[in-house]
Amino acid sequence: MLKIKSNFLRGLKSGIPIGLGYLSVSFTFGIMAVSMGFDWWQAVLISMTTVTSAGQLAGIGIMVNPGQYIEMLISQLTINIRYSFMAVSLSQKADGKFNGIYRWLLGFFITDEIFAVAVNEENVTRSFFSGLAVIPYLGWTLGTLAGALLGNILPDSVMSALCIAIYGMFVAIIAPKAKKEKKLLGVVAVALAISCLFYYLPVLREISSGISISVCAVAAAAIGALVFPVKEDA
Amino acid sequence: MEHGQFFIYLLIMAGSTYLIRAVPFAAVRKKINNTFIKSFLYYIPYTVLTAMTFPAALYATNSMLSAAIGLAVAVAFAIWGKDLTVVALASCVAVYISECVIGLF
Repeated sequence: MLKIKSNFLRGLKSGIPIGLGYLSVSFTFGIMAVSMGFDWWQAVLISMTTVTSAGQLAGIGIMVNPGQYIEMLISQLTINIRYSFMAVSLSQKADGKFNGIYRWLLGFFITDEIFAVAVNEENVTRSFFSGLAVIPYLGWTLGTLAGALLGNILPDSVMSALCIAIYGMFVAIIAPKAKKEKKLLGVVAVALAISCLFYYLPVLREISSGISISVCAVAAAAIGALVFPVKEDA
Repeated sequence: MEHGQFFIYLLIMAGSTYLIRAVPFAAVRKKINNTFIKSFLYYIPYTVLTAMTFPAALYATNSMLSAAIGLAVAVAFAIWGKDLTVVALASCVAVYISECVIGLF
């Protein structure tokens, strides 16, 4: 019992930086949704039920057009397929009791950042993962609410600076690990190169960002797995 | 936006995003021993984050220069061993300051 509580609290604490990062990102999402004609409660409901940055951004872009249900499904599947890979990866680290209904319930909270923190654990327990999800979820919801209600009062210079926050957070996840492991550094360099190809080359740059992120990530990880296989239990 | 349509869209978006996370998480119970798959799964989160960050981050702020400075500061703070929040805040501050400086010219 004591262990469950301490794991939960440790997870809760680990979620604080993610929650703070989410505040600024979802704040921007709230502003964008309202500026596109959504009600504040619609923006908040989208964030509470979906909890994904890239997918939601693409989603509201589609929602403003009537009847594009198939487009919506395809875009969400391609943008979010990375979560399936993360879910399988996380399943390898889940504690023996983290099973059945708990996976169905807590699987809802697999985001890039929650995954990145959870996967650093030797064994992921239900209690740690539940604690970890709380503050990011609150941050994501409250940030959207705040952005939708009062986004327009912030000066442009502050908005611009906040927009880099999510990327700073990504860098904080990648860089320390890449510094320690030369193999990972190589794989990150490959991903970076392919990503630039998709961004700048003609034809390739016409591909939507959701799809190119998926293709780029899968290609770089596959190349990494072939050239730099991870031998020990990573 | 019409409410009926909004909720159909919401159901598709939230439902597919939930299933894409939960189904593989609940379905895979065995330990994977294949080295290729293990290595692939080990690398995938980092390649996803890299692809999302670069070069998209360069276009996230009001100027490419301020974004590049923000990213460089983030890399420096991250390698220095600062935690997520400190790194994210430092890059925001760097963007803010560099845009103020750019505004002077």
